[in-house]
Amino acid sequence: MAENKVLVVGGGFSGLTAAVEAAEAGSDVIIVEKNPYLGGRVTQLNKYFWKLCPPNCGLEIQYKRIKNNGKVKIYTMAEVEKISGSEGNFDVTIKVQPRFVNDKCVACNKCAEACEIERSNDFDFGMSKTKAAYLPHNQAFPLQYVIDGKVCKGPACNKCAEACKYDAIHLDMKPETVNVKVGAVVMATGWNPYDAAKMDNLAFGKVQNVITNMMMERLASPNGPTAGKIVRPSDGKEVKNIAFVQCAGSRDENHLPFCSYICCLASIKQATYVRELYPDSKAKIFYIDMRTPGLYENRFYTKIKEDQSVSFLKGKVAKIEQAQNGDVAVTAEDIHGGGKVTEAFDMVVLATGMQPAVESLKSAGIAATDDGFVDQATLPKGIYATGTLKTPVDVARSAQDATGVVMKSIQSLRRK
Amino acid sequence: MEKKFGVYICKGCGIKEAMDVEKVAGAAKKVQNYKFHDALCSPEGVQLIKDDMAKEGVNTVIIAACSPRVKYEEFDFPGALVERVNIREFVAWTMEPNTDATNDAAYDYLNMGIVRTQKGDLPEPNILPDLSSTILVIGGGIAGMTAALSAADAGQKVVLVEKDAQLGGIVNKLYKKIPTGSYINKPLVVDTDIAKTVSEVESNPNIKVYKSTTVSKTDGQPGLYDVTLSNGETMKIGAIVMASGWKPYDASKLDYLGYGKMKNVVTNFELEEIAKKNNGKLLRPSDGKPAMKVAFVQCAGQRDPNHLPYCSSMCCATSLKQAQYVRQNEDALAMIFYKDIRTPGRTELYYKEAQNNPGVMLTKADVTGISEAVNGNLYVEMENTLFGMKTGEKVKVEADLVVLATGMVPTTRGPQEYADGLTKAAGAGDEAKKNYLDQTPKPDYILNLGYRQGPEIPTLEGASGFADSNFICFQYETRRTGIYAAGGVHQPMNMAEAQEDGAGAAFKAIQAIDHVARGVAVHPRAWDVTFPDPMLIKCTACKRCTEECPFGAIDEDEKGIPFYKINRCRRCGTCMGACPERIVSFKDYSVDIVGSMLKAIDVPDDEDTFRIACLVCENDSYPALDTAAISRKKIDPSVRFVSMRCLGGMNLVWVADALSKGIDGMLLLGCKFGENYQCHFVKGSELANTRFSKVSETLNRLQLESERVQLMQIAINEYDKLPDMINEFVEKVKEIGPNPFKSM
Repeated sequence: MAENKVLVVGGGFSGLTAAVEAAEAGSDVIIVEKNPYLGGRVTQLNKYFWKLCPPNCGLEIQYKRIKNNGKVKIYTMAEVEKISGSEGNFDVTIKVQPRFVNDKCVACNKCAEACEIERSNDFDFGMSKTKAAYLPHNQAFPLQYVIDGKVCKGPACNKCAEACKYDAIHLDMKPETVNVKVGAVVMATGWNPYDAAKMDNLAFGKVQNVITNMMMERLASPNGPTAGKIVRPSDGKEVKNIAFVQCAGSRDENHLPFCSYICCLASIKQATYVRELYPDSKAKIFYIDMRTPGLYENRFYTKIKEDQSVSFLKGKVAKIEQAQNGDVAVTAEDIHGGGKVTEAFDMVVLATGMQPAVESLKSAGIAATDDGFVDQATLPKGIYATGTLKTPVDVARSAQDATGVVMKSIQSLRRK
Repeated sequence: MEKKFGVYICKGCGIKEAMDVEKVAGAAKKVQNYKFHDALCSPEGVQLIKDDMAKEGVNTVIIAACSPRVKYEEFDFPGALVERVNIREFVAWTMEPNTDATNDAAYDYLNMGIVRTQKGDLPEPNILPDLSSTILVIGGGIAGMTAALSAADAGQKVVLVEKDAQLGGIVNKLYKKIPTGSYINKPLVVDTDIAKTVSEVESNPNIKVYKSTTVSKTDGQPGLYDVTLSNGETMKIGAIVMASGWKPYDASKLDYLGYGKMKNVVTNFELEEIAKKNNGKLLRPSDGKPAMKVAFVQCAGQRDPNHLPYCSSMCCATSLKQAQYVRQNEDALAMIFYKDIRTPGRTELYYKEAQNNPGVMLTKADVTGISEAVNGNLYVEMENTLFGMKTGEKVKVEADLVVLATGMVPTTRGPQEYADGLTKAAGAGDEAKKNYLDQTPKPDYILNLGYRQGPEIPTLEGASGFADSNFICFQYETRRTGIYAAGGVHQPMNMAEAQEDGAGAAFKAIQAIDHVARGVAVHPRAWDVTFPDPMLIKCTACKRCTEECPFGAIDEDEKGIPFYKINRCRRCGTCMGACPERIVSFKDYSVDIVGSMLKAIDVPDDEDTFRIACLVCENDSYPALDTAAISRKKIDPSVRFVSMRCLGGMNLVWVADALSKGIDGMLLLGCKFGENYQCHFVKGSELANTRFSKVSETLNRLQLESERVQLMQIAINEYDKLPDMINEFVEKVKEIGPNPFKSM
């Protein structure tokens, strides 16, 4: 008898969609998520393109569906260690890292108030700090604090545990191993931003006020390091003249040979952040091709071109250097005008791309193909890949693809 | 159910530090049984409630503690009517501690929660008899066939209806296709294998195929559709996948590109037919000679406001594929003139293959026209190329065959244009409407819905007729429950995407069938077993509910009396808000329940104490308020929030009731509406706004200032601004002064 249970590896938008859709069709579901919260990359975004709506709106609905459905079991801070067996009967070993906070946590913040240790906030890409006892973000699901084991002094300090009135903090928690049986597996481990420091000519980390597109999302978010004010990191100056460098690593055989797809639309979207916040601002987008395929996506591009304060220059950026007073000089070839142009900006955003997060697939003995992605055709029966593991996609395509993949996993459950 | 009440007041999370809980508990005196706990969500606290249920027979549990958005597992008591009263986020964390005003607020919230349980009841699902679980797939192209096979492989019965004499759709016309997956060291064109898929469909015992057939009528509702085919057959259907596909854009409209005038100008689809007919040889139409210099003009019609304002997303890759057809003859040259090459994702590596091919020339160019050269050859005229010319300088390139990369037009576009034309004509008067109906040829309808609200899925503004979802996150949402679009009728997409989409839509169809069989709503309230139960004896046939229902769930009989097609209903409560007779009720949500909650707000008759009632959308404003509470933003203690499934459920009678009772002001918090609306029930807050425009009449009747009531559009991420917006509104009401009805 097949297990009527689906394992979803990764709780980002693809995984969440797969999980909640499968649960609403009557399957039991297990989500294994590496972060202490669900939602994945999109929780870090300020708005979605092309609609400019907040990601937490859709996430709220997904979470509400999970809360009311009761068939979804969530493991956060967890990764799959091993998958064996075959379609209908997989044995899965899940490794759960200690959160040091149990589900008695009421999110009252007393632990963070008591904690004296600060940590760099990875949710904000290091642009802010939290205490070692912290809430990942203010709309986190589950709404539960976590203690960063890497910086916490442990039971020797114990101030947070003493401050907690609800017996929610146990600094002696150990990693746990959980074994489960499932009928089908959905791999939805998503992507990581490509490391911008790898492109020497783009000077990330060397020239001040050069940031990545994901950092820009945090700067623009009301729960970000600047509470939504887009100011430059070096001196807090309002960013009135901004450049976006497309294909920062993507479409480049030395870095990511493929097109990350989301970056053109993301830069257009981020130009609207700046334009809306500072009416006297201007933005320039350096691109190779503007890739906004589709219905609304192309309309979004057409619409921003009506804004005289947003300009587009076709040409690859050759180098980025520090200019005066913290400004940033961008040198690019000008395909249409001919020759090279150099222009200074308040801040430069590198439109870095997607690196598919394929490492964790080793647990199931799955290897990436020669271009770094996963081909469904090469996967064992009953194991399905979705979202950005298969090709760079946006949230809409992720939702679509994850729903299609649930269809296949339901077939796996019904086949036996 | 005879209710046995239990009220449980939590003192944790700063609640007891912020208020006098004994005073707050005064609200519970009327139901007598109330208890305190230091941490109600702790195992001991939960056990306290469970013990009372087991030993005392408590079946109506009122929990005054944190937001219902948290601790949902702890406070889950199956079989009991559970009410969560949010005195943590709405009071303890956002109001000045230990003031009379704060105590009053918590008291009111508890009172309102108790009233809600007194008026409400535990719901029972409404399961209609004789439900069908058969899936109807309209369209036998690649998306429809994939949908049919997916559902059949999951054990579902499927009826597949195809208007052509054979299955396969547009793929039948293709010579080869682009492979999927990695392109490294792989063949660049492969067989479509469409015949194999067709035979899989035709031989599948779970799939019944009708060819040369269309759907002439779709009546009923999910689980109970009555579908009539063009051959006269009728059948019961559970849910529908609409995969009716697309047509190539009519190239005869592209006369500036010489189509129709010059024989050797063909479309990308015609090139497929030429290649297929001649076993890969690209023989040109004028003289049958092999084409040696083939020019591809990208965006032939697309990205052009005069033709198709969108990007069809598959034509760049299609031309790159067809360039490989050209290059099967190693002496032949392919030239691709593009605006932007759009090969997202892994397709970039497919593009790379063309770039590395010495016989493929690619350049950005704005093609301005095609003119005739000698011997049937053509000049492609262009500017803004990458040939090193100056801006505006024209250049012409000779080719012996020109291929126009035309795009996709969804089959839903015809019906939508007809409907748009009718609306416009009707706006110009009865005669114009009659003329339109008499003179305009009827479009090819796909669903032929027997719904009061029209024969097809309403398409969105700016969607150019595609049956697209308005939501980034929920791609299968349409305004017709149980009907899911897939493939090229859904959005511009390529063949591989159409297959994924077909599978996704088939899954949603299976899910819808499962939900109606359990009497549960489908997305987004996919757990809800309540349903609208109108007291029709009091109906005046005003038709507001039928007109306003965003999902077309309400038809009406010949007398205009509405009748609910409950399986189409998404439980948003818009009909409840629309009804002037207040006759629409859910078991736990009704005009009376919300009205009684508003009336339960204590209104002191001293002139300095204000009361503001605030209706909040539970999907956006409510979480935004909870988030504001996390950062302990302060909210004026005169405000009382009441959660709404959707602001579309807002009934004007509440405004009259609340203000005539002495409530000083009322705030309606809905989500963003307009073109890019965020309402998950389509038009809730917009409809509330329309109703709201009539508020001034109500207020005038009461001789009250219309500024006392205001509607705001709030997104979930505006938690940083929302408290100030609310507080400013309170200040404004205070400036207007106390409601004179207060002391009456």
